[in-house]
Amino acid sequence: MSRQRKRIHLAAHFPGVNNTTVWADPRSKSQIDFSSFEHLARTAERGLFDFFFLAEGLRLREHNGRIHDLDVVGRPESMTVLNALAAVTERLGLAATVNTTFNEPYELARRFASLDHLSGGRAAWNVVTSSDAFTGENFRRGGFLDRADRYTRAAEFVAVARGLWDSQGTKGTPDGTPDGLRGGTPGGTPRPFAHTGRHFTLEGEFGLPRSPQGHPVVIQAGDSDEGREFAASTADVIFTRHGSLEAGRAFYADVKRRLARYGRAPEELKIMPGVTLVLGDTAAEAREKAVEIRRQQVSPQTALLTLEQIWGVDLSGYDPDGPLPDIDPDPDAQLAQGRVRHGDPLAVAAKWRALSEEKGLSIRQTVIEATGRQSFIGTPEAVAAEMAEYVAADAADGFILVPHLTPGGLDDFVDRVVPLLQERGAFRTAYTGPTLRDHLGLPYPGERRERD
Amino acid sequence: MAVPTGTLHLAAAIDGDGQYQAPYYVDLARLAERGTLDFVTLDDTFGPPGPGRGRLDALAVLSRVAPATGRIGLVPTVTTTHTEPFHVSSAVATLDWVSRGRAGWRVEVSSTEAEARLVGRRPAAPAGELWAEAGEVADVAARLWDSWEDDAEIRDTATGRFIDRDKLHYVDFESPRFTVRGPAIVPRPPQGHPVVAVAATDPVTWETAARHADVVYVHATSPEEAGRLRDQLRSRAVGYGREAGALTVLAAVAVDLADGEGAAGRSPADAPLVRPPATAGGPPLYRGGPVDLAELITGWHTADAVDGFHITPVAPRHDLERFVNGSVALLQHRGLFRTFYPGATLRDHLGLSRPANRYALEREAAR
Ligand SMILES: Cc1cc2nc3c(=O)[nH]c(=O)nc-3n(C[C@H](O)[C@H](O)[C@H](O)COP(=O)(O)O)c2cc1C
Repeated sequence: MSRQRKRIHLAAHFPGVNNTTVWADPRSKSQIDFSSFEHLARTAERGLFDFFFLAEGLRLREHNGRIHDLDVVGRPESMTVLNALAAVTERLGLAATVNTTFNEPYELARRFASLDHLSGGRAAWNVVTSSDAFTGENFRRGGFLDRADRYTRAAEFVAVARGLWDSQGTKGTPDGTPDGLRGGTPGGTPRPFAHTGRHFTLEGEFGLPRSPQGHPVVIQAGDSDEGREFAASTADVIFTRHGSLEAGRAFYADVKRRLARYGRAPEELKIMPGVTLVLGDTAAEAREKAVEIRRQQVSPQTALLTLEQIWGVDLSGYDPDGPLPDIDPDPDAQLAQGRVRHGDPLAVAAKWRALSEEKGLSIRQTVIEATGRQSFIGTPEAVAAEMAEYVAADAADGFILVPHLTPGGLDDFVDRVVPLLQERGAFRTAYTGPTLRDHLGLPYPGERRERD
Repeated sequence: MAVPTGTLHLAAAIDGDGQYQAPYYVDLARLAERGTLDFVTLDDTFGPPGPGRGRLDALAVLSRVAPATGRIGLVPTVTTTHTEPFHVSSAVATLDWVSRGRAGWRVEVSSTEAEARLVGRRPAAPAGELWAEAGEVADVAARLWDSWEDDAEIRDTATGRFIDRDKLHYVDFESPRFTVRGPAIVPRPPQGHPVVAVAATDPVTWETAARHADVVYVHATSPEEAGRLRDQLRSRAVGYGREAGALTVLAAVAVDLADGEGAAGRSPADAPLVRPPATAGGPPLYRGGPVDLAELITGWHTADAVDGFHITPVAPRHDLERFVNGSVALLQHRGLFRTFYPGATLRDHLGLSRPANRYALEREAAR
């Protein structure tokens, strides 16, 4: 078989909170004990994955003024978990989602540089901007940022962080440090740092020498035009939801096109949709399992609550197995709080209603159909072939796998699919370098600047 | 020899300005664990401690150390001035999760203009103000640690409910400095409350220490002075409705262990423990051999002046090794110090009970 032109990048999402995690499955264990994180991370490293990914939520979701109690909730703070995982893994990248609205650049730059040092160059930061006054109630600043301002703060935040990381010298000098770290500056000559901008004014000296990757890898998750532009200008990786082949190709082409504006080459930004997967010994078995998993994820109660989140009104009188309500959503309602919103409720409701009418679906069936993300469902051979096809067709550079079970959700994939991807020449058979930048084939910041 | 009244507690700093590699810290923590010390500490400051002397984030380092050790307590310094109380509470609770109940937190403030400028959020403030705020941060952290009752997670398949939301609580903390709504994102940590430490080495810290700390360090050059400080702190703690024994008082000592085993015939009272010049700050310095240090510890402990010692090795690798292999071994031989960890958590080592959940107590009381 011919060697594939593009290699697939793979990352593992820890199935923690929300309803992708099927907690009712007897194989489902703690979402908080360190042993769960250790199991999934070791599995991902055994599978030679690029990185391990943790999401963030800073306030428990509410429904109708009460804490939402149907989904898995309760998670540890990401960077602390990732530092601990650095002790039980050797090569796996370690990515934390951290919001720019409720943090300050100096502190976060220092924490990511610490993770990069302690892990030997495996740190990544998924920069997110969502969250509102509801989440802000847990923080000193409160929820003061308009939607429009979130990305301007995020962009300034990342620029300041990079300035801090660079303030100890920008040169990537392989093996230049006394401890032989790539990217270090010999002698570590600190330079004072000063920044005055719209959101931040700070000055002083960054307390750490350059970390192994120079700049920890920056990931962006967000989909608006501003989000895509922010990613094109700043990110190394995009975590997207555009999973289907056509949607993926359109997104891929759009984002890669934007890079040129910032003097960046297409391969400097990796596009990695979040996907789920279900394996079976036969195609039919996999399909059956997939249906059962979706039914567990979307119980009758979950289906109604999901619908209420869009309609913004109490729908408890409706039958989850009956048709969608014919009343209109209230676009200004605050029934559900703390969930990341995707699009305007009226438009979403219209789309769902059309879907339901076209296929004759009940409320629960509609929710199952409309909220599913891209899934690879089939035998290991079929899944390997499909993944390789997506990447070869420029619908993605790789995938962030979102298993539905904690912590064993990737065992089968690593044991059964990874070897097949390797046989096709579509996936690495060994890590080629020590750092996450090496795994992703991303330039070191110093190297890029020197080439210019 | 008189029989000391309580268990002797020993802790050591594993500071390493200019050390950026994990194995350095792992090796020191393992060495301390071999000596069955109660806990190790790692200092931190928001800004660089000096030209060319950077520090990693202390909580990050001890998280990295956690899976590489088994029993020893892990107490990073975390500052409260330029940080978010909600994040601090989550990070410390998470250290407790990843270490399976071995986390502590030394509360510290950032008082310099240089640190304030690194953040740019607000100017430097007087120490009294910052310590009052630190106390509030400790308070809200404890409330957040209680905001999930221990049995809040029910996984009830019959009703489809993952949690019993009546066992999750809004903390609704309000002070002029900040507000926090709650509940925590992190479920109640294994120890209930990770151990809170305060260096009560300046009177400006005393209220916060007496009110919120489980462990305090004091600076004293004689057992009499140490005993007086302990009495003062304990009576303040009692004033806040706490039990005197809730406060574990450790004498902080910097140790420079010379190569000899200690001058023969010198009594513990003569052991050289000198206060540093006021400008330098820091704990009193012990300079001598490990045997004499064991004598000094025995003497103070037997006099019931302190509950134990927090050692800062001047040359970390060398002095900690001599402390563990020399002083600790001798204290163990004399039956003054444990030879194994009878419990699993830092609270176990310190003889502190696991705090009851305040909301569960309220619920019981309301019944
Ligand atoms: C795949 C994906 C994953 C995300 N994960 C998180 C997360 O873990 N925490 C969070 O607060 N927001 C998350 N977000 C939301 C982002 O923060 C983003 O800011 C939000 O979608 C609004 O930006 P947009 O308008 O560009 O989409 C995620 C978004 C996407 C698309």
